[in-house]
Amino acid sequence: MPAYALHPQVGLRPERFGALAYHYGNRRLTFLNDEKLVIVVQTVHEYDDVDGALAAAEVPEDNWPVYRVALARLAESEVLTCR
Amino acid sequence: MPMTSRQSTERMSRGLDAPICLTWELTYGCNLACVHCLSSSGRRDPRELTTSELFGVVDELEAMQVFYVNIGGGEPTLRPDFWDLLDYCVDHHVGVKFSTNGSRITTRAAERIAATDYIDVQISIDGADASTNDAVRGRGSFDVALSAMRNLADAGFAGFKVSVVVTRHNVDQLDEFAALAASYDAQLRLTRLRPSGRGADVWDDLHVTAEQQRVLYRWLLDHPDTLTGDSFFHLSALGEPLPGLNLCGAGRIVCLIDPIGDVYACPFVLHDQFKAGSIRAAGGFTKVWRESALFTELREPGSAGACASCGSYDACQGGCMAAKFFTGIPLDGPDPECVHGHGEAALLAAAAGRPASVPGHTRNGPVPISIGRRPA
Repeated sequence: MPAYALHPQVGLRPERFGALAYHYGNRRLTFLNDEKLVIVVQTVHEYDDVDGALAAAEVPEDNWPVYRVALARLAESEVLTCR
Repeated sequence: MPMTSRQSTERMSRGLDAPICLTWELTYGCNLACVHCLSSSGRRDPRELTTSELFGVVDELEAMQVFYVNIGGGEPTLRPDFWDLLDYCVDHHVGVKFSTNGSRITTRAAERIAATDYIDVQISIDGADASTNDAVRGRGSFDVALSAMRNLADAGFAGFKVSVVVTRHNVDQLDEFAALAASYDAQLRLTRLRPSGRGADVWDDLHVTAEQQRVLYRWLLDHPDTLTGDSFFHLSALGEPLPGLNLCGAGRIVCLIDPIGDVYACPFVLHDQFKAGSIRAAGGFTKVWRESALFTELREPGSAGACASCGSYDACQGGCMAAKFFTGIPLDGPDPECVHGHGEAALLAAAAGRPASVPGHTRNGPVPISIGRRPA
């Protein structure tokens, strides 16, 4: 599994529905519509791989595949970088 | 279920802790006198915010984690403290996109802008050639804008915006605008003509026709990378929704701070009825955004009103509040440019009572331009 970190040019702002992520380089705004996803995005750099972050954020294991896809999309849109 | 999406969610319409898209007009002063100016700019206002008040607003935006501001005017670069404000924003992690007519974008200014990721620029033109543009923006303004674009491109600043208000006379130049922007490695941005400010005086003559709206809609679907500020969401009633947020963001995700610190629901409604408060009052901008009676009301679910029985209401949400208001149509009535033609009857019934946009700062004397047809 890939290891990610929040992109250094991305700002994260908590909102009632989750968070907004803004990339100061490509000026794209992304909505994170899930609180657990926000926690994972904020802490993923502390873990050797994605699954470690998912476990620590107490994401139910059944949902891990969906979160992995969501995180891969966030990497594509440069909200996350691959370490 | 996690979702990541740049599209709207229903939750968005209930408001955010801070705006996503904040327009900040720094001055009513302008060296042009565009016939459709939303803020009726011209003369500076003696009550405009001082430099330290500007910095105070930036401090608030930083604390609220507003990612960036859209700075405009008037012509914002006419303020002597403009570049200091840009530096202050960048130092406080508030990104800036500013709109300009290009008159102050010298080689040196372009190099300065190109040197930081946090600053983006939008150069306004309203025609793909000098005669079409200058009829709206004033003689010589096209060449000035092009020279600014050249300076930015020469400074290596790719991706700046070329911003166009779509009118009856330039809507057949969309391909030319796209080619022009591409030639400077810039991005095209198209926005809707609003009947706000001096735009109210020219809207009847300049707004696109029903047939032109259909052409524009198809063009936007074919060119999804074109920026629009999501301003054409009323066209989504023609079928497939346009990319972006298809709802009115006024007071929910969008607002305007005007040059004297008054906060309005959006950049197109400079009128007392849509004034939420002032950044000069206790609690500042934060309190206005989070607690003002007007914004609280705008965040309540709206009524479909006269549009309730229309099958397209979900697609267009009744259209633009400002366009209705300044053409005298009730806010729960149809958009004056409703693609199903419901606006025309509403306009006929409402034409007597169009409210005046305030405040006006048009310079004394005649505006030295006239609206002409584009030469064939």
